[in-house]
Amino acid sequence: MAWILESGRPIYQQLAEIVRHRIMTGEYPQGSRIPAVRDLAVEAGVNPNTMQKALNALEESGIVYSQRTAGRFVTEDENLIEQLKYQSSRKQIQLFIKQMQSMGYRAEEIPLLVERAVKENIQEE
Amino acid sequence: MGVLLECNGLTKRYGQKTAIENLSVTMGSGRIIGLLGPNGSGKTTLIKMINGLLKPTQGSIRIDGEAPGAYTHGIISYLPDRNYLNKRMKVRQVLDMFSDYYGDFNRNKADAMLTDLQIDPEMKLRALSKGTLEKVQLILVMSREAKLYILDEPIAGVDPAARDYILRTIISNYNPEATVLISTHLISDIEQILDDVIFLKDGHIELFAPVDEIREQEGKSVDALFREVFRC
Repeated sequence: MAWILESGRPIYQQLAEIVRHRIMTGEYPQGSRIPAVRDLAVEAGVNPNTMQKALNALEESGIVYSQRTAGRFVTEDENLIEQLKYQSSRKQIQLFIKQMQSMGYRAEEIPLLVERAVKENIQEE
Repeated sequence: MGVLLECNGLTKRYGQKTAIENLSVTMGSGRIIGLLGPNGSGKTTLIKMINGLLKPTQGSIRIDGEAPGAYTHGIISYLPDRNYLNKRMKVRQVLDMFSDYYGDFNRNKADAMLTDLQIDPEMKLRALSKGTLEKVQLILVMSREAKLYILDEPIAGVDPAARDYILRTIISNYNPEATVLISTHLISDIEQILDDVIFLKDGHIELFAPVDEIREQEGKSVDALFREVFRC
């Protein structure tokens, strides 16, 4: 996931989301070392203190941990990553449901639409 | 985080006109701070006083505990808002001059940045485009191992690709103990490299806050807030 930042929200939150996404997708695999704060900051083109704050937030939630000298690592806890994925999928689905409802679809119609789209998708592949 | 810069009751008058009025501010070390304000708000006057180029009418300035003078010249790396270099000199000669003059000048760093930006050290300054000359000046300033970097409009004249390089240079080169004070109009371009912003309005500080605090409280970017505060 690229470092694309929106204007209306705190930068550190968005950076934390991007790193979290990279963990969920396996770009930073379970148990692996995360690049140094300064390298990540330069890569994202942001202030190193802000990147530090983002990683601190991830550390608080337990998804990454630091080892005094060796740097920061992704958690070894598979459940935690699964949980994160689940929460993230919930968020996406809620958003999707809201959009469908704003178009006038009723709640019970939405699963049918999804089912049909998934089937069509499989056929196309 | 220690105090690096302290202004107390700072005032500067030019005849009848007051450029800076009773301004007090404290900046710590290890920050990248944006000094933002419309034309004529006093940014350059403030910067010149910090650098000892203008004398305050009233009030005091302390940098690392000292008033502007020989000591503070040694720890401040300053990029003025216009060229001050002799244009008959070659880029290499200017680098030599900086190496001689400033004990903290890192020649290797400067050479590496020239190479990255494909600037020929044998060119004379007057043969450089406006943007390239700005890049050379910024290289000179960022190659010093200073405690305080003051950049007055550092990215105004360069293209977006070079702007990215320059911003990355600022992030990756500055020492985490040092503070960088950047004055600019191009807020949206530099917002994400800043820790804090200062809004300067009619010679006084309208706002001094962390970027993410502004975004959190206002739900908008610093750029958007600036346009609101300074709507014409």
